[in-house]
Amino acid sequence: MKKKLNFMEFMNRCLPNMEDLQDSGQTSGCGSGGCGSQTTANTIVTDGGCSSGGCSSSLAEAFVEPSATCELGTCGCQPESEGFIHKPMNRRDAIKTMVGGTAATVALAQTACSPANTPEEKEEIRLKWSEYFKGNFREMTEKERASTIQRLERLAEMRGKDINVSKLGPQENVLYGYAFNIGKCKGYRKCVDACVHENNQDRDTKMQYIRIFEMENGKINLEDGKADYFHAVPREGHYYIGTQCFQCENPPCVKVCPVGATWKEKDGIIVIDYDWCIGCRYCQAACPYWARRFNWAEPKLSNEQENGKQHYLSNRKRKQGVMEKCTFCLQRTRKGENPACVEACPTGARVFGNLLDPQSEIRKIIASKRVFRLKEELGTEPKFWYYMDQ
Amino acid sequence: MKSLFYFFFDGFKHLYKGGPSYYAWVIFLKIVMLVGLYAWYIQIRDGLQVTGMSDHVSWGFYISNFTFFVGVAAAAVMLVLPAYVLHDSDFSQAVLLGEGVAVSALIICIGFVGVDVGRPDRLWHMIPFIGNLHFPESMLAWDLIVLNGYLALNSLIPFYILFCKYRGIKPNNKLYVPFVYLSVFWAVGIHMVTAFLYAGLTARPYWNSSLLGPRFLASAFAAGPAVIIMVLMVIRNVWKFPIRNVTLDKLAMIATVAAQVNLIMLGSEIFKEFYWPTEHSQSAQYLFFGLHGHDALKGWIWFSIILNIIVTGFMMVHPIRKNHRVLPVLCLLLFISIWIEKGLGIIVPGFIPSPLGEIVEYTPSHIELMVSAGIIALGIFIFTCLSKVAVGIEKGEIKKSQ
Repeated sequence: MKKKLNFMEFMNRCLPNMEDLQDSGQTSGCGSGGCGSQTTANTIVTDGGCSSGGCSSSLAEAFVEPSATCELGTCGCQPESEGFIHKPMNRRDAIKTMVGGTAATVALAQTACSPANTPEEKEEIRLKWSEYFKGNFREMTEKERASTIQRLERLAEMRGKDINVSKLGPQENVLYGYAFNIGKCKGYRKCVDACVHENNQDRDTKMQYIRIFEMENGKINLEDGKADYFHAVPREGHYYIGTQCFQCENPPCVKVCPVGATWKEKDGIIVIDYDWCIGCRYCQAACPYWARRFNWAEPKLSNEQENGKQHYLSNRKRKQGVMEKCTFCLQRTRKGENPACVEACPTGARVFGNLLDPQSEIRKIIASKRVFRLKEELGTEPKFWYYMDQ
Repeated sequence: MKSLFYFFFDGFKHLYKGGPSYYAWVIFLKIVMLVGLYAWYIQIRDGLQVTGMSDHVSWGFYISNFTFFVGVAAAAVMLVLPAYVLHDSDFSQAVLLGEGVAVSALIICIGFVGVDVGRPDRLWHMIPFIGNLHFPESMLAWDLIVLNGYLALNSLIPFYILFCKYRGIKPNNKLYVPFVYLSVFWAVGIHMVTAFLYAGLTARPYWNSSLLGPRFLASAFAAGPAVIIMVLMVIRNVWKFPIRNVTLDKLAMIATVAAQVNLIMLGSEIFKEFYWPTEHSQSAQYLFFGLHGHDALKGWIWFSIILNIIVTGFMMVHPIRKNHRVLPVLCLLLFISIWIEKGLGIIVPGFIPSPLGEIVEYTPSHIELMVSAGIIALGIFIFTCLSKVAVGIEKGEIKKSQ
């Protein structure tokens, strides 16, 4: 018992105070005076009350949600078994409990290596801790979504960048589609630049979602084209054809993901939860259009370069080891704007719109022009059409 | 309960009994593991950019090795089936060691997947009910289930049998034989599911073939028994464990037949790709002849195929195969040729050219090689421990004390 107490003391010295540990805006848990209320799923909870009095709980419990009521001011942490069995617990809490012990050790080691002394450092640790245990965005409640966004914005603020992360869902009666005029594109690649700036891609490896292939007249297979050209455009005797994520109506990448970290939204956009992806790259192997990119290293993006208008499922800053891809600029289009590539195109080769609106330009193009899609035979039903003016 | 504790206690104690060469071997393995661990630390710190992989070739040496060792694990069935199901007494001495090979190979597989993912810290997202396992749509979810299930089967069956022998009682057939039958089907399952992982991707025409699964099985049943033969011969010589010649001969026969079937399937695949080459044959074109001046794998695959043909040819001659001085050499060469064919020759060319026709080649980096060596050393280390205890119990050196 004595030994455990020492551990707890050490923990309390290293870890943030209880007051810091509660997510702002959420119920407060065990204060040093007594535990009065229940904490919610996504808050990191340590038994702060332990600092004030003798505590008999094990190390693991420090990271487990306290039970609903603590009877005494001296922290009545419930016995381990009781807390675990009798308390209704959702699955995320269960894993918190299970890994609590191990993770506490890791956290301990981390704090020991880089002592978190300032309140800011302590806050950062607890924010990251809560971020680690959050669920898949698709399964979160509105409240959980709001609190993770609050954490993300706060973390950005702490590194000196004001960002605004949206969680705006799909709009009613909207299915996005895209058309690309291969007769108009001159290969300037303004769209590529605009995309990189809008979507906060890694600047180090110059990650790009859009590829423009320079094709010799008379050829149509992309294999014969060249995506890395470095000369003045347009080139005589050539035409240009662009690819990006086609937001397939029947997406192979979604089917193969082992953890459901990527899915199709109601408005037809394939999104990735960057914080749920495990980085196995199965989707990258499954995509017939080579639309997905992987963060092989920590993405490099300075605060000045970062676009602060972000969406949780689109252009927020990525981490090392996760997948990303084009989302037709979800953060813009759900607010009624055009994607950055469409806006940047100087030739008008790019058309974006709502496929469910019979008056939209894209519907008129599909109805009146000769259109085709890439690799139709695979049955992926891309929502990206190529066409040319007669 | 108490005897279970003593079982593990005596087992661990036995691990420390051995001559200098045993100690040297274990220390060597540990050094390789430490080197691998350090390389893995670098990979975690700096990201997968330290590997040779890229957005174009997004799976490389790790996943190739994973695929190959799934085959080695599946091959344990070639001992389990005759020993338990057909009651062929020639296999009864070797079967526990075969299952030990399976367990070690599976740990190698899981290790390779573990180092390949970008976020190993998030692997808990795959645990059903806690994370979201995307079952049954994702073949990787299937693979997780079959690999762990097979690991459990191949750990628990030998554990039960050894535990009974340790206590000097006869294993109860009714308790474990149903699981043996299950493990026979499961063995085929793990390799078919692993093949489906690739064969299900229409984006990669090179893999999108109905022959891939059967081909995987054939090459597994050639390379797996080849490994087991080498292992059994080493154990027989080093620990003086009585393994009969007839066991080795029967295993060699299995490897030979499977190697022949494997070559037939390879030939069939090559015919299909080259009799009328289409756009979908470009990966094969790249692998065997090079594409637009890129031919990094050409030398490897031809070396592998020629070696494979020669070895299979030799193994078909009874006197050569039954010569136990030549047999381990043949097994080693067969193992190497299939490792190249199945590892480098199946996974990497699937990515070249990319679905949009771009050609980016792949060579494993030093970090990748070191991590891989570490994982394989881990598997061999586990096998050394398991087999040492198993042999000790079988020989009566470890017994429950009265």
